[in-house]
Amino acid sequence: MIELDGLTKHYGDKVAVDHLTFTVRPGLVTGFLGPNGAGKSTTMRMMLDLDNPTAGSVRIDGEHYRRLTDPLRSVGALLDAKAVHGGRSAYHHLLCLAQSNGLPRRRVGEVLDTVGLTPVARKRSKGFSLGMGQRLGIAAALLGDPRVLLFDEPVNGLDPEGIHWIRNLMKNLAAQGRTVFVSSHLMSEMALTADHLVVIGRGRLLADTSMAEFIRGNSRSYVRLRSPEAERLRDVLHAERIAATEAADGTLEVDGVPSERLGELAARHGLVLHELSPQQASLEEAFMQLTAESVEYHAHDGEPVGGGPAEPVPPGVAAGPGGWGGDWRKKGS
Amino acid sequence: MAAVGQVLRSEWTKIRSVRSTVWTLGIAVVVTVGLGMLICALAANDFRTMPARDRLTFDATNVSFAGMGLGQLAMIVFGVLVVSNEYSTGMIRSSLAAVPQRGTFLFCKLAVATALVFLVGLATSFVAFFAGQAMLGDHRAYLGDPGVLRAVFGGGLYMTMIALFSMAVATMLRSPMLSLGILMPFFFLVSNILGNVSATRKIGRYLPDQAGQRVMQVIPRAADVPYGPWGGFGIMAAWTAAALVCGYVLLKRRDA
Ligand SMILES: Nc1ncnc2c1ncn2[C@@H]1O[C@H](COP(=O)(O)OP(=O)(O)OP(=O)(O)O)[C@@H](O)[C@H]1O
Ligand SMILES: [Mg+2]
Repeated sequence: MIELDGLTKHYGDKVAVDHLTFTVRPGLVTGFLGPNGAGKSTTMRMMLDLDNPTAGSVRIDGEHYRRLTDPLRSVGALLDAKAVHGGRSAYHHLLCLAQSNGLPRRRVGEVLDTVGLTPVARKRSKGFSLGMGQRLGIAAALLGDPRVLLFDEPVNGLDPEGIHWIRNLMKNLAAQGRTVFVSSHLMSEMALTADHLVVIGRGRLLADTSMAEFIRGNSRSYVRLRSPEAERLRDVLHAERIAATEAADGTLEVDGVPSERLGELAARHGLVLHELSPQQASLEEAFMQLTAESVEYHAHDGEPVGGGPAEPVPPGVAAGPGGWGGDWRKKGS
Repeated sequence: MAAVGQVLRSEWTKIRSVRSTVWTLGIAVVVTVGLGMLICALAANDFRTMPARDRLTFDATNVSFAGMGLGQLAMIVFGVLVVSNEYSTGMIRSSLAAVPQRGTFLFCKLAVATALVFLVGLATSFVAFFAGQAMLGDHRAYLGDPGVLRAVFGGGLYMTMIALFSMAVATMLRSPMLSLGILMPFFFLVSNILGNVSATRKIGRYLPDQAGQRVMQVIPRAADVPYGPWGGFGIMAAWTAAALVCGYVLLKRRDA
């Protein structure tokens, strides 16, 4: 379990992380989403005590990171930038980390096997491809068999097979009851892996919700209708008590009615249709909308922005599943 | 708390698993010994034509350390790389995530690197002495002569301290280029100029290398030096201690 309490980081005037309060629970893969520069990597570095928070704190299973005995046994992390000396072999890189935490030498061989780097274990990591470097980072994270795992953009540079592998790895780790916290800026990637979502924008918490809830609330499906007899089509729908909204390009969008029924209805009334197509708004769009709103929120300063299933929760109250943004309002203001 | 023994072992693995260790220390040994022998051979040749005054103050021991002026540059590179490679490669993040007690991390890294440099430096100093004396023929000094053993031992200590000073500076500056860009010209040029121009000599002799070199002289190069061999070495050690404290404080406070 990872608990963030009012975590804040300023770099000079720049606020990289702004009063983040949320909890990452064990047994789940928690996706950490945000556009470039949202503060994901900074938050993860503070979790590892690499960067000092300006305010607030992080606790790992109730302890501050610095107080952990042999931290690699508790927390394993893959950071965004390569954190490896390229002149050292993969084996020695892992060995020196293992020794610093009193881990047995055999763990090095085991994790090299797990990530599939055994054949190049004695090669200097300078020559590794992007994906191999990523695997070495993952091996280091797994070294101490930790209960908490942090992955900053783990699929970066991996091939499709590698992506598939890391997805399964994360799910398995969570299924074993571990806490898995993984960052990404791809909603589509998270939809396949994460059970829970934490979304930030400009350092602020925008959403803390279960994946299922996010999909339910955001993957709107509707049917698009286009007809040269738009007026008559509208009347027919109205008579059937079917609500339709007119889109900008003159097409009609109908929510919650199967396309079969709409087609039969048009046939019965002898209506000519040029288009009858079921549509699905992508999660990516929903995510973009959500983070775009965070920018708007800043611009209007203080006015919670409507739209979407946003329902502001008072500060300090952890948003339950489906509740958006535990921390819309600035604390202490 | 990370156990010190574990971190020492880890740092030893780090040092022995990169090539720069062998290269820099190897060059330090070869240059110091080789150049020392060459200069001893030249000195033996010139001895007859030397002015009488120079013959009296001829320090056979110190002449065999003549290669150290250049050899120390390789020691500086070693010291800088041991620390700054962590930053230039990003390894520091892995290292501090594994050992979040930054004091323990720094102490163990410097302890291992310093111990290695001490062994190599001491060996270099003794080899340079015996090889150099062999070249000097009749004018040679013996280990049993007054002050000679101290000077030879001091040669090893001097090399160790110059490397440790470099490690401390690199801890402060983090960047290898910046650290080398300051240390190399300083020890190779600036310090020599300050120490040899009469106007600045009084200041120059308190610089870490000028003061530290006193410990490997049997006969003081300048008669009016206000400190003895160990006093000079103490001045160098004080410089190093100050740099270490600065480096430690910065490491504690900075984001990795
Ligand atoms: N060391 C630093 N000094 C100054 N500013 C920094 C530093 N590290 C991060 N920032 C700034 O803080 C903000 C958050 O950066 P961060 O790297 O945490 O974002 P991110 O969410 O990981 O982005 P990405 O998706 O691109 O990886 C950015 O605006 C960045 O410019
Ligand atoms: Mg990032």
